Amino acid sequence: MGEIKGFTKYQRKNIKKESINKRLSHWNEFTKTLSLNEAQEQGARCMDCGTPFCQFGCPIENIIPDWNDLVYKGNLNEAYNRLSLTNNFPEFTSRVCPAPCENSCVLEINNPPVAIKDIERIIIDEAFKQGWVRAKKSKSQSGKKIAIVGSGPAGLACGDELNKKNHEVTIFEKNEIPGGLLSFGIPEFKLEKKIVKRRTQLMQDEGIKFKTNCEIGKDESLTNLMENFDAVVLCGGAENPRDLQIEGRELDGIYFAMDFLTQQNRRLLNYDFRTKPISAKRKNVIVIGGGDTGSDCIGTANRQGAKSVTNLELMPQLPNNRSSNNPWPQWAFVDRVSTSHEEGCIKYFGVLTKKFSGKNGKLKKLHLVKVEFIQSNDKTQKPTMKEIEGSEFAIDADLVFIAMGFIGPKKDKLLTEINIELDKKGNVKTDNKKMTNIPGLFAAGDMRLGQSLVVWAINEGRVVANNIDKYISN
Amino acid sequence: MYGNNGLPIKQGLYNPEFEHDSCGVGFVANIGGNISHDIVQNGIEVLENLKHRGAVGADPKTGDGAGIMTQVPDKFLRKVCKKVNIHLPKKGNYGVGLVFLPVVSEDRHFIENLIEKIVSEEGQVFLGFRDVPFNDSEIGKVAISVMPIFKHLLIGKEKKIDTEEFERKLLVIRKRIGIKISQIELGQKNYFYICSLSSKTIIYKGQLMPEQLRNFFPDLIDKDYKSAIALVHSRYSTNTFPTWALAHPYRYIAHNGEINTLKGNANWFNVREKQFKNSLFGKDLKKIMPAIAPSKSDSAAFDNVLELLILSGRSLPHALMMMIPEAYTNDKNISRYKKDFYQYHSCLMEPWDGPSAICFSDGRYVGSILDRNGLRPLRYWVTNNSKIIMSSEVGPLNVDPKNIIEKGRLQPGKLFLVDTKQKRIIRDHEIKKDICQQKEYSKWIKRNIKQIDSLPIPSSKNIKNNLTKNEPTIIKQKIFGYTLEDLKFVLKPILEDGKEATGSMGADTPLAIFSKRPQLLFNYFKQLFAQVTNPPIDPIREEIVMSGQVLLGKEQNLLEETPEHSKRIKLDGPIISNSDLQKIKFNKDENFVAVTFSILFNKELDGSFQKKLKQIFTEVKNELKKGTSIIILSDKGASKKNIPIPSLLAGSGLHQSLIRNGSRTKVSIILETGEAREIHHFATLIGYGVNAINPYLVYESIEQLICDGELEKNKHNSYLSNYHKAVNKGLFKVISKMGISTIQSYCGAQIFEAVGLNESFIEKYFTGTTSRIGGLGIKDIERETLMRHKLAYEENNVKNLDQGGFYSWRASGEKHNWNPETISLLQQSVRTNDYEVFKKYSKIVNDPKINFGSIKSYLEFKKSKPISIDKVEPATEIVKRFASGAMSFGSISKEAHETIAIAMNELGAYSNTGEGGENPKRFTEDENGKLKRSRIKQIAQGRFGVTIEYLVNADQLQIKMAQGAKPGEGGQLPGAKVSDEIAKTRYTTQGVGLISPPPHHDIYSIEDLAQLIYDLKKSNPTAQISVKLVSESGVGTIAAGVSKGKADLIIISGSEGGTGASPLTSIKNAGLPMELGIAEMQQVLVMNDLRRRVRIQVDGQLKSGRDIIIGAMLGADEFGFATSVLISMGCVMLRKCHLNACSVGIATQDKKLRENFTGHEDHVKNYFLFLAEEVREFMAKLGIEKFDDLIGRTDLLEKRSNIKHWKAKHINLSAILHRPDVPADVELYNSSKQNHNLEKSSDVKLIELCKKAIHNKTSVRFGSSINNSNRSVGTMLSSVIAKKHGLNGLPNDTIQIDFEGSAGQSFGAFLSKGITLRLEGDANDYVGKGLSGGKIIITTQEDDRLVPEKNIIVGNVVLYGAIKGEMYINGKAGERFAVRNSGAKVVVEGIGDHGCEYMTGGRIVVLGEVGRNFGAGMSGGIAYVWDRNKKFIKKHNKEMVHLYEVKSIKHEQELKKLITNHLEYTDSKVAKGILADWEKSLTQFVKVFPRDYQRVLKNKSVFEQPPVYDYD
Repeated sequence: MGEIKGFTKYQRKNIKKESINKRLSHWNEFTKTLSLNEAQEQGARCMDCGTPFCQFGCPIENIIPDWNDLVYKGNLNEAYNRLSLTNNFPEFTSRVCPAPCENSCVLEINNPPVAIKDIERIIIDEAFKQGWVRAKKSKSQSGKKIAIVGSGPAGLACGDELNKKNHEVTIFEKNEIPGGLLSFGIPEFKLEKKIVKRRTQLMQDEGIKFKTNCEIGKDESLTNLMENFDAVVLCGGAENPRDLQIEGRELDGIYFAMDFLTQQNRRLLNYDFRTKPISAKRKNVIVIGGGDTGSDCIGTANRQGAKSVTNLELMPQLPNNRSSNNPWPQWAFVDRVSTSHEEGCIKYFGVLTKKFSGKNGKLKKLHLVKVEFIQSNDKTQKPTMKEIEGSEFAIDADLVFIAMGFIGPKKDKLLTEINIELDKKGNVKTDNKKMTNIPGLFAAGDMRLGQSLVVWAINEGRVVANNIDKYISN
Repeated sequence: MYGNNGLPIKQGLYNPEFEHDSCGVGFVANIGGNISHDIVQNGIEVLENLKHRGAVGADPKTGDGAGIMTQVPDKFLRKVCKKVNIHLPKKGNYGVGLVFLPVVSEDRHFIENLIEKIVSEEGQVFLGFRDVPFNDSEIGKVAISVMPIFKHLLIGKEKKIDTEEFERKLLVIRKRIGIKISQIELGQKNYFYICSLSSKTIIYKGQLMPEQLRNFFPDLIDKDYKSAIALVHSRYSTNTFPTWALAHPYRYIAHNGEINTLKGNANWFNVREKQFKNSLFGKDLKKIMPAIAPSKSDSAAFDNVLELLILSGRSLPHALMMMIPEAYTNDKNISRYKKDFYQYHSCLMEPWDGPSAICFSDGRYVGSILDRNGLRPLRYWVTNNSKIIMSSEVGPLNVDPKNIIEKGRLQPGKLFLVDTKQKRIIRDHEIKKDICQQKEYSKWIKRNIKQIDSLPIPSSKNIKNNLTKNEPTIIKQKIFGYTLEDLKFVLKPILEDGKEATGSMGADTPLAIFSKRPQLLFNYFKQLFAQVTNPPIDPIREEIVMSGQVLLGKEQNLLEETPEHSKRIKLDGPIISNSDLQKIKFNKDENFVAVTFSILFNKELDGSFQKKLKQIFTEVKNELKKGTSIIILSDKGASKKNIPIPSLLAGSGLHQSLIRNGSRTKVSIILETGEAREIHHFATLIGYGVNAINPYLVYESIEQLICDGELEKNKHNSYLSNYHKAVNKGLFKVISKMGISTIQSYCGAQIFEAVGLNESFIEKYFTGTTSRIGGLGIKDIERETLMRHKLAYEENNVKNLDQGGFYSWRASGEKHNWNPETISLLQQSVRTNDYEVFKKYSKIVNDPKINFGSIKSYLEFKKSKPISIDKVEPATEIVKRFASGAMSFGSISKEAHETIAIAMNELGAYSNTGEGGENPKRFTEDENGKLKRSRIKQIAQGRFGVTIEYLVNADQLQIKMAQGAKPGEGGQLPGAKVSDEIAKTRYTTQGVGLISPPPHHDIYSIEDLAQLIYDLKKSNPTAQISVKLVSESGVGTIAAGVSKGKADLIIISGSEGGTGASPLTSIKNAGLPMELGIAEMQQVLVMNDLRRRVRIQVDGQLKSGRDIIIGAMLGADEFGFATSVLISMGCVMLRKCHLNACSVGIATQDKKLRENFTGHEDHVKNYFLFLAEEVREFMAKLGIEKFDDLIGRTDLLEKRSNIKHWKAKHINLSAILHRPDVPADVELYNSSKQNHNLEKSSDVKLIELCKKAIHNKTSVRFGSSINNSNRSVGTMLSSVIAKKHGLNGLPNDTIQIDFEGSAGQSFGAFLSKGITLRLEGDANDYVGKGLSGGKIIITTQEDDRLVPEKNIIVGNVVLYGAIKGEMYINGKAGERFAVRNSGAKVVVEGIGDHGCEYMTGGRIVVLGEVGRNFGAGMSGGIAYVWDRNKKFIKKHNKEMVHLYEVKSIKHEQELKKLITNHLEYTDSKVAKGILADWEKSLTQFVKVFPRDYQRVLKNKSVFEQPPVYDYD
């Protein structure tokens, strides 16, 4: 259980990052896994709580106290075993997860939390390094076949689980390589594609079939899949971006964030862009939306050599500490500075983009107004937004990336081919077993949930796999 | 409806089996055998002076029972028989007995005819019945309501037989009559009872109070009624049901105490009967079976067995030595021949274990025996006119001190015998030596008993492994339900540290029956423990009495003694290693033929568990016919198809089946199992009759852990020895909780209650076990086993075990009621004072589908007509029924402790000090006007900080008998945790470790509890006295006894309750849920009409308004909360309290961590007000305005309909909802007060005489006589002083009182500073208990001729928890002298066993002999022992102390000063002698210096701050 009172002895230590100048000069990962000593110190800080809120905070219920302790004792091998019980892809989460576990770590009440995410990373990095992560072919086959549509984190997790349960798994992917958002959405500097490849290769070695360049609804019909497999699960993600339909939206230079990010990943992978190139080099770049995707755009733009990067956020700046109605162990709504933010950007909070303007069809300016949010006496109501009179202003812009989130899956043929029911938000509707209105057709991940975290997608994949296993075994 | 023992039949949660009794006992005899009426009168006088040891129930004139046994008064009987034309043959040639007969004449005549017929069938002469006169004018209504008719049955001896044969015939006659009547239908057969039938002794007894006996039976006061022996008994029973037959004495004994192992003893004995042969009885033997009459008390069963052993040829002392052996295994001082005698007899019979003081007589011998622990007192005087007076207390008979030539006490395990024929006292060593050497026991056992080590190691070719396939360890672990937690919390701590892991906080996981995860069968059984009616024992500090010995092989005819009887294999403990098992399996000795039976189950081949078990049992039975004497049940070789039957089911099932067919004693049962791994598993297996266990999968798991790098390879051997050591110690802890000292007696004793198993299943496989909510049967257990088995083979490429979640919360593990969601919602609600958030919390807590783990989840309210919430009594009133739990300052931080106190005071509710005292600064408001005084002051086993000042500053004094998380266990605060502040409030020394013993050393029995209640009431007459009990079967009956002991409030704790530190076994497996406890308590108290006079509080994971309402409906007036209070202050259930590492500053003393505490009294107040508000909402819905109207209203509750859970749906809650059928005027809630009769106490006069001294501090000195009915003398006087002057009291010797006579119990308890009590004479137990600065001087009387240092003048447990003060005793003291003394300075001239146990401070000087086990658990203070004969070295317990010569000048001066004082105060000859040759005497002193204390004194910084008890 770590060291008794270790948390009073050791401080939290964060993962080391390259200097900003250095990291902006390349596309690769710029963080360095903790040393064993450092990780052991962090493990020593864990209190092995009788009620581990970290696990409660973790969507995939990682048995964090157990592996913290094992790392503390230097038994990384066993720690890896324990970690892989709940997490199919620690190498992804230990890099891209916002670590809700740390937010609900009991130490967080009055101390910096245990560096759980960094501990996770050393476990999995070491596991790969030592060759503990090996392809394990299942011994017997159940004779059941499952098709998974989409190879993002949900699809991969689902496939991995079903394969472990000895079913025959085929994963369909519309792109050239598997990984979905992991391969094409998340920038290389946050998650190197070789890491994704390493995992998908391993899964392939374990017997999972990947059919890439195969878009269901286009290259292959869902009906066919339904006929040829015992169960089909849709893990197509939530790729439909929220748009900003205001004056000047048609101007050249306004893009969805994901277009930009995908293109950069494709560039690095030497794949065809399929669209016209977008470059931030020597441009005034505006990113609308203060979330992770926006952040990724900032990092990418800076690496491409943008002249300036500005980030606009509609909501007011969050406080530095939790407010009283946002107590621990809830996810803390506090001001966070991402590594991309660190690398340089101007931030505006509480601003609304009223219109785009330009010259010759080319974007030149954004017209903004400051807004405030007013809470009515009825606390159950959401606060109403009000523009502040006379606060209008404009900023120069050559390139705008709209990173305002996603509104569910794209409503393409995959969803329309057979009559799949959607929910109010436009996501695929399922029962509590994650099965759609069509028997044998399941859905998981962002496609069912709406946009969310990688770790939630993994959870979705795991849970749906379990349900499918029960479904096909009965 | 009443059963044939006169008690009500089993109903609701009441079971007559739970009844207990305890008492005062004694005898008066003429050593020379001279008969006189005087002796009879003396006996009655003794009885009358023990009346405070008895009790009365709701009817003030109905006692619990009193009786007397004398020799047959020939002259008297001859006289009275003549009057009714019965002609008696000469003395000794007729038998007589008092017979209880039905009042209905047809029934009576039927029985009388039957008796006459049987007498003549047995060839004896029926002489007639004599109507025994009686006078019922003084006795109670309840007693009269079932009073029988009394007759003497007179039987003449057939000429040809001798007296002993005649006695046997009388037994045959008595048994035949009894058996016959039990078999026939007769309306009033329950009235029938033969008190005794003998030519030597006669018994008069009944449902009487001691003072009623004399007038009730006028026979007894007839001058011609003469005897040399009068043995008496005053009974204190837990019930108030009229039971004439259960009064003592029985035919040979009167008993004070309790046989804890009764169920096992009776079972074993009944089986042994099948092998009985006896030349003396011959064919008659069959007629008297079963020897143990069914459904009588433990004492009656003991008496039955003793009687048979005696009449079949053993002498009375021999038989007693068999049944109550001394603790011979670990005692260095015991002689070889005695050890061998006991060892031999252990092959014949297990001890009848439990606290016992037995007085016995067969008409010639009269004597007493004490159990191995010596937990009941027996004191005696011998006079110069050959009289012996033996009794539970000294001084019950007025004797001129000049005539007393010896004052003594019975020591643990010792026998005291008077032979009226030899006309002398035969001392223990003499009688035992005679008996031990009457046969060649030493030779016999040397030849026959084989140590397991001495068995040859089988050659490997003998060991054929016939298992087809061996599964990998992980699969086996999964098959047997191992989880990651089993490795982490159960195995690893044991392997690495050699002891069971400690945990903290309570058990908030579902009962096995409600769990949604497959449970092991073990988990359906809850450990029972001793509370009130007998004490738990300390298996660590008093290891000297413990024995783990196991004997394998077959037993022989108990009624004979041959060398072959001892042909057994001896194990030192019940856990056997793989290699030892091989030795047994393949041994070649024809006496120990071992055969292995597989308990693997193959669904296709075997059909069902039931079928398979039946098959195994039949096969075993056949095997036994071949002479096999060891059966090994094995679950080795489990595989996908071969599923292990739960080992407990197989083991217990076989045990019961062999009991039923009478062959159990011919064989030993060994389990070779992969299932058992933790202490509780072994305890249940042994408790249900398995003799030894080989936990092979544990050994294999060790290898696996080493392989996985979780354990070190080179420590393999130490892991194995640690495991064995820890399991044996853990088992000792479990058995000692029940007051049992030997594994042999525990085996088959069934000290468990089942929860969630149905009647037919229990009846067949766990016969006789209590199981009160029904539940699963064998089919369901089979289903659950198969479920687990299936899981083991799922996901076969996952290399890990299940997470578990039983000990720590795990997201997908076992359900915990306190989980991240409930914890965070509750905290948010109280911090923001937001009732809406609280409702979110309570919605989760109250939803039985989410919160499915406890019995209350399956209860729901019946629909009622709602009322407006405005009509319901206000929340501010309801909160007054709330109390925070007893958490000590020490277990939680100062900040947390004070926050709770402030909150509760502001609410008008109650907070509790817990065990650990309270800083006097908190007794008054602080500078901010906040009052941190805890209204409830707890008095726990350690008595830390229990001063007179502490006591007077309470509104309620709470005696903690047990704690939910660890009933029957003590505690320990290591020296490192005893901070300056803690030491101050506990009146101990910083850095010196503190041990809290398992029992209250002044409560070994129910009459002792009544005494402590009386002490406390005298210490603070305005405070209410409460007694805290823990739920277990029988707790209602105990509560009835406690109510009769005049407690004002009884707290019933559920086993779910929390703790700061406790072994995991106890947290999880000991005690029962609160619902069962509260409901049983309510039912029994109402049945006895005792409910009205006590308030009832319940606690145990109460969280919400709904919980409170259910608690009230089941019977509670008040409610206790602890965990939820901590959570409202910020506790997040780290469960690290025992590590001092609480990161939120609650359960820690670490200064830095305490800074993290953010709790506030408002948070606590908000929580309680929310609770009360929710209660009101429910009351409105139920249509109830006044809370009182909810109490006991089980009619408003019903079992939830549509329970879906496959296991839970089998439960039956009707016993919990049962309402006893009582008259309408019997109250269901507390409405009146206990009458403590304090105004009659002698202290009232003392206070009057000391008025001036108290107010003006002017000196006063006066004299007074005293006798043993004057109890707790000086305590009320001290109370008055403490209220006025605090602990500082008055200047030394301001009040001096000189007493003469025999002081009652608790003389000078909590005596304030400034009072000096001088006593000439002697005193009983508990002198100077809690001494708070006063001075006590006890000397022999001026004109008596006793040699002080050879005579006992004070009783047991003197100075328990003394804080400060002085005591000088010119004579010897009994057992446990100065136990847990904090600071008193004392000189005494000799003491018994366990002296200075758990002492933490003070100075003890012993100028004489010392008993065994001196200084056990002694962490502080110093003892000086005058060791002239150099015997001390063998007497002390070296665990915690070092011995030195007295060399330091400081210590020499201190010692000399104390001895000088002693001489001055007592005129002690010993002291005079010592001081006369001081130089030489000094070299004869041994200084006993605790290591802990030494270490602290060496640490200068501590040394410079003198310990607080250094008052002069």
